Amino acid sequence: MKKGVFDGIKVAEFAAIAAGPLIGKFMADHGATVVHVESYARPDGFRSNYPPYKDNKPGLDRSGSFAICNNNKLAITINLKAPGAIDVARKLVQWADVVTENFTPGTMAKLGLGYEDLKKVKPDIIMLSTCNQGQTGPHAQHPGFGSHLSSLCGFTYVTGYKDREPSILYGPYVDHIGVGYGVIAVTAALEHKRRTGEGQLIDSAQYEGGVQFMMPSLLEYTVNNRVMERDGNRHAFAAPHNIFPCKGDDRWCVISVFSDAEWSRICGVIGKEALISDPRFATVTARKQHEEELDQEIAEWTSRQTAEEAFTQLQTHGVKAGVVQNIADLFTDPQLAHRGIFAPVDHPVVGRTHAEGPPFALSKSPFKIDRASPCIGEHNHQVFTEFLGYSEEEFKKFHEKGIIDTPK
Amino acid sequence: MEEKKKLLENCRVLDFTNQLGFLCGKILGDLGADVIKVEKPGGDESRNAGPYYKDIPDPEKNLYWFSYNHNKRGITLDIEKKTGREILKKLIENTDILIETFAPGYLAKLGLDYEDLCKINPKLVMCSITPFGRTGPYKDYDGSDLIYMAMSGFMSLVGDPDRPPVRVTLPQSYMWTGMHAAAGTMMAYYYRGLSGEGQHVDVSAQAGVLWACSIAPSFYDYNKELPGRAGVFITGRSITGAKMRAVEPCKDGYVNYIIYGGPAGIRTNMRMTEWMESKGGAPDYLKNKDWKKFNIATVTQAEIDQIEDANNEFLKGVTKKEFFDTCLEKDMLGYPVTTSQDTMEDEQLKSRGLWKEIEHEELGTKITYPSFFTKFSTLACDLWRKAPLIGEHNEEIYAELGYSREDVLNLMRANVI
Repeated sequence: MKKGVFDGIKVAEFAAIAAGPLIGKFMADHGATVVHVESYARPDGFRSNYPPYKDNKPGLDRSGSFAICNNNKLAITINLKAPGAIDVARKLVQWADVVTENFTPGTMAKLGLGYEDLKKVKPDIIMLSTCNQGQTGPHAQHPGFGSHLSSLCGFTYVTGYKDREPSILYGPYVDHIGVGYGVIAVTAALEHKRRTGEGQLIDSAQYEGGVQFMMPSLLEYTVNNRVMERDGNRHAFAAPHNIFPCKGDDRWCVISVFSDAEWSRICGVIGKEALISDPRFATVTARKQHEEELDQEIAEWTSRQTAEEAFTQLQTHGVKAGVVQNIADLFTDPQLAHRGIFAPVDHPVVGRTHAEGPPFALSKSPFKIDRASPCIGEHNHQVFTEFLGYSEEEFKKFHEKGIIDTPK
Repeated sequence: MEEKKKLLENCRVLDFTNQLGFLCGKILGDLGADVIKVEKPGGDESRNAGPYYKDIPDPEKNLYWFSYNHNKRGITLDIEKKTGREILKKLIENTDILIETFAPGYLAKLGLDYEDLCKINPKLVMCSITPFGRTGPYKDYDGSDLIYMAMSGFMSLVGDPDRPPVRVTLPQSYMWTGMHAAAGTMMAYYYRGLSGEGQHVDVSAQAGVLWACSIAPSFYDYNKELPGRAGVFITGRSITGAKMRAVEPCKDGYVNYIIYGGPAGIRTNMRMTEWMESKGGAPDYLKNKDWKKFNIATVTQAEIDQIEDANNEFLKGVTKKEFFDTCLEKDMLGYPVTTSQDTMEDEQLKSRGLWKEIEHEELGTKITYPSFFTKFSTLACDLWRKAPLIGEHNEEIYAELGYSREDVLNLMRANVI
């Protein structure tokens, strides 16, 4: 039987919203037992403050944004502010191999759950702290979300059209960069622990991950003294390189031509062989100089095709092209389906939905999505009695003391 | 202070990638792996597209190459020649990880597919990065950044509603793909340590960008709602359909300021009014607002518009720096919309020790790079060496493999390396 990479690895997740929980999700998809810690007093923000909700009716167990970040996990409620709760939280840490958190820096330490505290409970613990700006430095304490941080990283400024305001990158773009780097960091720490038995504190700043994605523009500034500007869909060294209208409402295809050979091929596909040697378009330099006219010639053809027809015809003739797929298109994309990206899961409250798999497929230890996101507190009994070994009586007492909190 | 350990110190990586995989090898290098970048004789084609150092079009001065190939040594090798393939097989004996971006089927034709290489080294972890995946209906299609940004759904979410969707001008899909490839590769490497088995990692660039769409797929999955592009506006935060402006013009550029709910959002909204009041007056409807009752999930567009009108008028009169300083001082959510110049001058990144100068002897200068992606308490993650010149380490690496200087010269004459 194929095994998951993280089979047997236990994760205690004191993290909410996107960046922290998605690191846990990648691990859960590959076999880790991940316990998501929240409380009714302070539920995961994606449950309480962010649509979509099934049928647009808010509810802690109706959130699609929570669902997409938390499939394959278990959920418990511990009100960390209740007297005695920290001891219970420490017991969970003792059970875990990995603790993740994305509070404002210093919050875990104030609660008595900082890395130094956790080491006393579990000397080889791996702790991943992920936040906007890192655990140290003058701006460490400043709170912020990925939707803001994407602008601080420089992504917003280089997105959009030259003659317009910059465009935002939809959501908390940079959070998801932090997720990729977070998975890499935790895996590295687990490998180190496997070899040496030693744990680790990982200080992951999403800002610094984002900066990695901006490097060429930073070099352009430091060595060429040029600030990179946004330029729509154009490319300084390729033409045509743009988006083109297709048949239908708000349907588009994209085409990028880097070489003269590709240029000849596209002229063949669109039935305009005469353009191949037209002096306005014969070289990439000429094509860049006459880009408006060039784009019109292409658009005249694409507007008579559906985006899918344009994509298929161009690709089968060796021209790099694509459909500007909208979100609905993703769910019927045959290639994504082939990779099992949107896996069906059944949720007790919202019914059949889909979880999103990783972009990499491992031949011997593949991902496996087999459970929808948990309802709030769904696994309290299992985690407290089976995993942590508390008696039924203690479990009951935790409820009375408000350590395991219940709906208000 | 105890010196940090290079996790991948004894890990040999062969990197046969174009820009789709540059970052993957670089990340392994950041963790201390011995990454050998393998180019065809004459150099990789990706060196031939700008931007360039001092705008001099030269494959040895490519800034994109500099950005994502440091922490690697470089050799040239033509695997289409029989001798080249023999050398590769010899290299594979002592290789832990192979990363490649050839078209699906290319290596199989040369007798160098995963199954073939596995026979030489059963513990090999091989990572194949392709536009759409190694199998499936689109496996033979090719792409570029623009194509992956479109096919992943991301572009449909970005740009002004009255104009076509846009990509990010600085290519992003190569970074997304390279980063996820490194994640998959590290997981396979960890699994190898546990099980003794290598395996094949199959990474798709199209799928690599999917998570850039964030939670957008859940809107369609849950309610058949179709998130779309909304320019500078954040959508999907309110069940009434109200959208919030995220980018506002200021005195010397733009700032990112969003009306949010939750404790941090409400604190921010209140303090913005206080700031406005201290600088010449805020309108009564903001001063008298009962923020405690403000709920972002049920707020109407009219209420948002009223708040934003006053805020945006005020923000036009402040600079990016004033805005940033005030957000830091008053614990408000918000950041300037930075340019590359702003990033290089940022106090936080400087204090974290992110920047490191590396000597480029061939240019007679030093260039500044970010030196780590994450800070570990005991593991090293750093910038060790600049990106290689074409065949820069041929002599060194082929000597390690047992070839004499004369052998190397002969291989060069035969155009194998």
